[in-house]
Amino acid sequence: MTVATPEVAVARRAALVAAVPRPWRLAGVLLAVAAGCVLPFAVSGFRVFQFTQVGIYAIALLGLNILTGYNGQISLGHGAFYAVGAYTTAIMIDRWNVPYGWTIPVAGILCFVVGFLFGIPALRLEGLYLALATFALALAVPQILKYFEHWTGGSQGIVLSKPEVPFGLPLSQDQYLYFVTLASLLVLFVLAWNLLRGRTGRALVAIRDHPIAAEAMGINSSLYKSLTFGVSAGYTGVAGALSGLAIAFVAPDAFNVFLSITFLVGIVIGGLASISGAIYGALFTQFVPNWAQDISKAAPWAIYGVFLIVFMYVMPHGIAGALRLLWRRAVRLTGTGPRS
Amino acid sequence: MDIFLQQVVSGLATGGIYGALALALVMIYQATDVVNFAQGEMAMFSTYLAWTLLNAEVPYWLAFAATLAIAFIGGLLIERVVIRPVESAPVLAIVIVCIGLLVILNSMAGWIYSYIQKPFPTPFTGRPIRLGNVVFGAHDVGAIAVTLVVLVLLYVFFRYTPLGLAMRAAAQNPVSSRLCGIRVGWMLALGWGLAAAVGAVAGMMIAPKVFLDPNMMSGILIYAFASATLGGFTSPGGAVLGGLIVGVVENLVGTYVGFIGTELKLTVALAIIIVVLLVKPSGLFGHAVVRRV
Repeated sequence: MTVATPEVAVARRAALVAAVPRPWRLAGVLLAVAAGCVLPFAVSGFRVFQFTQVGIYAIALLGLNILTGYNGQISLGHGAFYAVGAYTTAIMIDRWNVPYGWTIPVAGILCFVVGFLFGIPALRLEGLYLALATFALALAVPQILKYFEHWTGGSQGIVLSKPEVPFGLPLSQDQYLYFVTLASLLVLFVLAWNLLRGRTGRALVAIRDHPIAAEAMGINSSLYKSLTFGVSAGYTGVAGALSGLAIAFVAPDAFNVFLSITFLVGIVIGGLASISGAIYGALFTQFVPNWAQDISKAAPWAIYGVFLIVFMYVMPHGIAGALRLLWRRAVRLTGTGPRS
Repeated sequence: MDIFLQQVVSGLATGGIYGALALALVMIYQATDVVNFAQGEMAMFSTYLAWTLLNAEVPYWLAFAATLAIAFIGGLLIERVVIRPVESAPVLAIVIVCIGLLVILNSMAGWIYSYIQKPFPTPFTGRPIRLGNVVFGAHDVGAIAVTLVVLVLLYVFFRYTPLGLAMRAAAQNPVSSRLCGIRVGWMLALGWGLAAAVGAVAGMMIAPKVFLDPNMMSGILIYAFASATLGGFTSPGGAVLGGLIVGVVENLVGTYVGFIGTELKLTVALAIIIVVLLVKPSGLFGHAVVRRV
C-alpha cells in the first residue's frame, strides 16, 4: 500500500486551486462563518448538539488530514489521541476541579507531546506498516483505559457536568458549547491554513511526494514527520477534549477502533490534502449514518457501506476534489476563467 | 510442565486459524498491494453460507466444498464489480471501499441471520488424542491439518502451475505481464477469489470454537494482522508460521504473566505488531521491497 499521490492528480489539483480566485474564496469562508454563527438560533437544541459534533469532528479530521493528506503518513489510530484528549479533560475536571477552559489547551499540548513521541518510532514505518502500527494503538486504547481503573473509572467511565454559561449570556448550555467549539475550530483552522500555505506546507507535501528529493533539498525529514505527527495528534486531542465536554461523559468503549476508521473515512470522503475537506468530511461523519438509519432500520450499516462505495466511485478525490472539478467546469462553460 | 505443553498445543490450534486468515490477507496484498480490511467479514459470510447448507442436511464435506466454490466466485465477483471501478483511484479510496464492504457484509449477515450466536459443527469428531498428559482436541488437530493442506496446495499451485506463474507475474510486474499476453485484471480477480476461499476455510475452522456470529471475525482479523506482520506481508509460509507463533505466545502470556490475564490478551497481539515493525518491518520471513528511484 503506497501513499495515494499520483503526481498527475496532484498537479491537476494545484491547477484547480488556482482556478478559484481569492476574493471568491474569502467570500465563501466569510459566508460559512456567518452561517455557522446564525445556525444555533435557527435549529432545535438537539440539532445544535449535532452541529457541535460536526465542529468537533472537523477539528479532528483536519488534524488527521495534516498528517495523512499533506504528509502522506496513514494513521488508523487517531481515535487513541481523541481518547487521550477526552480523558485529560475529564480527569482534570473530575479529580482536580480545574476550570474546563484550561483543560482544552492542556489536552492539546499533552496530545502533541504524545503524538510527537509516537511519531519518532513511526519514522521507520511507512504506508501499510504505519497503518498497522497505528491500528494496533487504536485497538489497545479501550483495554488500557479499562486497566487503569483508578484514574479512568474503568468501564464505568467518568460523568461530567456541562459547563455553565458565563457572563449571563442569553444562551443555552448547548448553544454555548457550540460557540466554544466554533471558536476553537476557527482558531485551529486559521493556524492550519497558516502552517500549510507556506514553507512548512510545501515541505510536508514534498516529503509525501518524493522523500528522497525532499531530503536532497535540505528538508529535515525526520523532524518534520515527527512534528507533523505531534501537531496532528494535538488537533485530535483538542477535538477529544471538546467532545468530552459536549457529551459530558467519557467511557473506554466510545474510543474503539471504529472511531479511528471513521476519521480515516472522513478525510478521504471530505478530500485528502484539503482544509475545507475536513468540514465536508465532518458533515458526512455526523449525518450520513443517521440518514442510513432513516432509510433502513433493519440494516443501516449496509446502507452506510453502500454510501461509502458509491462516494468513492463518484468522487475518488473526495467532496473537496469534486467541488473543485465542478467549479472548473462552471468557469469553462461561462468562459470567464483562464483556459488551460 | 503439562500445563505448559497443553497451552502450547491449544495455542497452536488457534494459531493455525490465525495463520489461515493471515494467508488470505497476504495473498491479496501480494496480488494487489491492498490490505483487504473486509477479509474477516468475507470469511464470516462464507461461514454463514456453510451453516445454511449444513442446516439443509447437506453432508459436511459436500457443504465445505460448495462453500469454497461459492466463496471463490463471490471473491471474484467482488473484485470485478466492486474493486475494479476504483482500481486507478488513490489507494486510500480503495481502502475506504474495503471498509464499506466490511460494514455491508457485517450488517447483511446480522440482518439475514440475526446477531444471535449459533453453534457450528466440526467434522473432526474423533476422541481427543492423548500423549502423556497432554490432550490434543480432535478439532484442533484437524484444523491445523486443514490449514497445512491449504498452504501446501497453494504452494504447489503458485510454484508449479502455469496459471500460478501468471498470477505471480501479474502481481510483480503488471505492465510486462500484460505485454506477455497475461490478462492482468483477471489474475487479480482470481487472487481475490482464492483469498476468499482460503478465508472461508479459516471461518469454517474457527466457527466451532468461537460460535458463529456476525462479529466473530473482528478479533481474529487483528490476530491475523499480527501474524501477517510477524511472518512478513510478502511471505505466505511466514504468515502461517507467524499465526502459530502468535497463537502460542498469546496463550502462554495469558497463562503465565499475571497482570495480563485474559483482559489484556489482545494488547499482546498489538505489542507483537509494534515490536516486529520496529525491529524488522519486513517481518521474520519477508523481504524488504527495494524500489528504484
